[in-house]
Amino acid sequence: MKVSRSKSQSPLTLPERMRWRPALALLPVVFAASFAMAQAGADKSASDTRRSGYQDMGAALQKMQDDDTANPGMLYVQLGEQLWAKPAGAASKACADCHSVADMKGVAARYPAIPENSDRPIDLEGRIQLCRASHQQAERLAPESRDLLSLAAFVARQSRGLPIAPPDDARLAPFRSEGEAIYRRRQGQLNLSCAICHDDNAGKKLAGVTIPQAHPTGYPIYRLEWQALGSLKRRLRNCLVGIRAEAYPYEAVDYVALEVFLMGRAKGMPFEAPGVRP
Amino acid sequence: MLRASLLAALLLMPLATAGRAQGTSAGTPVSYTVVDDAIPRPLTASPGDASRGRAIVANRSVGLCLLCHSGPIPEERFQGTLAPSLGGAGTRWSVAQLRLRIVDGSRLNPDTIMPPYYRTTGLVRVARAFEGKTILTAEQIEDVVAYLATLKEQ
Ligand code: HEC
Ligand code: HEC
Repeated sequence: MKVSRSKSQSPLTLPERMRWRPALALLPVVFAASFAMAQAGADKSASDTRRSGYQDMGAALQKMQDDDTANPGMLYVQLGEQLWAKPAGAASKACADCHSVADMKGVAARYPAIPENSDRPIDLEGRIQLCRASHQQAERLAPESRDLLSLAAFVARQSRGLPIAPPDDARLAPFRSEGEAIYRRRQGQLNLSCAICHDDNAGKKLAGVTIPQAHPTGYPIYRLEWQALGSLKRRLRNCLVGIRAEAYPYEAVDYVALEVFLMGRAKGMPFEAPGVRP
Repeated sequence: MLRASLLAALLLMPLATAGRAQGTSAGTPVSYTVVDDAIPRPLTASPGDASRGRAIVANRSVGLCLLCHSGPIPEERFQGTLAPSLGGAGTRWSVAQLRLRIVDGSRLNPDTIMPPYYRTTGLVRVARAFEGKTILTAEQIEDVVAYLATLKEQ
């Protein structure tokens, strides 16, 4: 009898494995460079006052992010590595049939980008969905689904330590301006803008929480509050809901525009996915 | 260490989940008259209650005040540093002045980051659950003002 492939992979029910803490310690350390080293190596001039949310966290959380055996995001990276090699869709092709893992180096650090035969940017999750549709002939993955986040985490992991490097593409400019306009516009019942918190009041305490500068350095992140990995979109939605603004639908271009703006604002900062955040 | 950071994480939850089930006013806000930098007449017929006001100020998903302000509410350990302390507010301002600052501080300082607690107009992309509603009701505003008026010490 043939044992089906998906059956043999069923131990990947992630939440269960996470509860089984010793499993974390057994995780092989696949990649060696730690984020702390990347920080030290990055050429930041003294006048650059930008800080990653990483620097606003306590030492325990920084350690959790840096240590691949403790970073819960690494479980998703592992799952993503398996999905990467698994044929999917009517074409029965795996990501690995078209790309080498080495090809993925630097990719996440430059998205959102405008794909071929298009005139508007998509983010990393959008790129994964596009490959599924056009090359694998597979159905879309649900936003924030475990598979989509795991694939994104696996790809993002290949850029860890590299500087954020948005593409030098003039067609991105209008999207960047639109993202900046959203960032500066007051909205919601509380009548606040992203800039009020993340530019004017970064470093101050909102209740007990230090307001970070909102650099998208670590996405997808494992957020303790979520007990799960989540995308940058999910984070942006949380901030919108916090100010009682109507969150954009998941597929809205507004998020991509915000992401283009935020990545441009963080240009040159080291990419640290999968990040850990409180 | 980890417990402390988990705690910090839990703190933002009220901010993030505040979208649900707050007892804000339906209907149109009652009209009021601004005289100089104050609203001299109460928004309600019956006077505000300072102890209810204190509870509103302390509540992170009703008043939201301590997200930004600190104040003499020692049981709330995590208070904000975006705004001046509420301590002494009752010495610095009259009841009528306090009322306008809560109702709509943007009438005094157009750039203020303090939310307009009793305004439904001029707002952008308000979440459906809150559309057309004020952050606090007229009664809650009067309660908060009554509480702030008791804050005489710095
Ligand atoms: C009322 C204040 C406030 C507003 C307004 C606000 N945020 Fe945030 N934001 C926060 C806080 C506080 C955190 C950190 C939460 C935590 O650490 O758990 C955060 C986190 C973030 C992060 C994650 C940073 C990291 O290191 O991972 C991003 C990105 C972000 N915000 C973007 C935005 C954008 C874009 C907007 C507007 C659409 C916005 N925020 C509006 C308070 C705010
Ligand atoms: C998003 C931030 C924010 C929130 C939430 C907020 N405030 Fe304020 N508040 C401010 C800032 C900033 C000022 C300083 C004056 C200004 O900028 O207009 C201020 C000013 C005040 C003042 C007058 C200044 C003084 O001397 O005391 C009072 C009183 C006050 N706030 C009370 C409240 C109360 C009560 C609540 C909740 C019902 C509240 N605030 C919620 C930001 C905030």
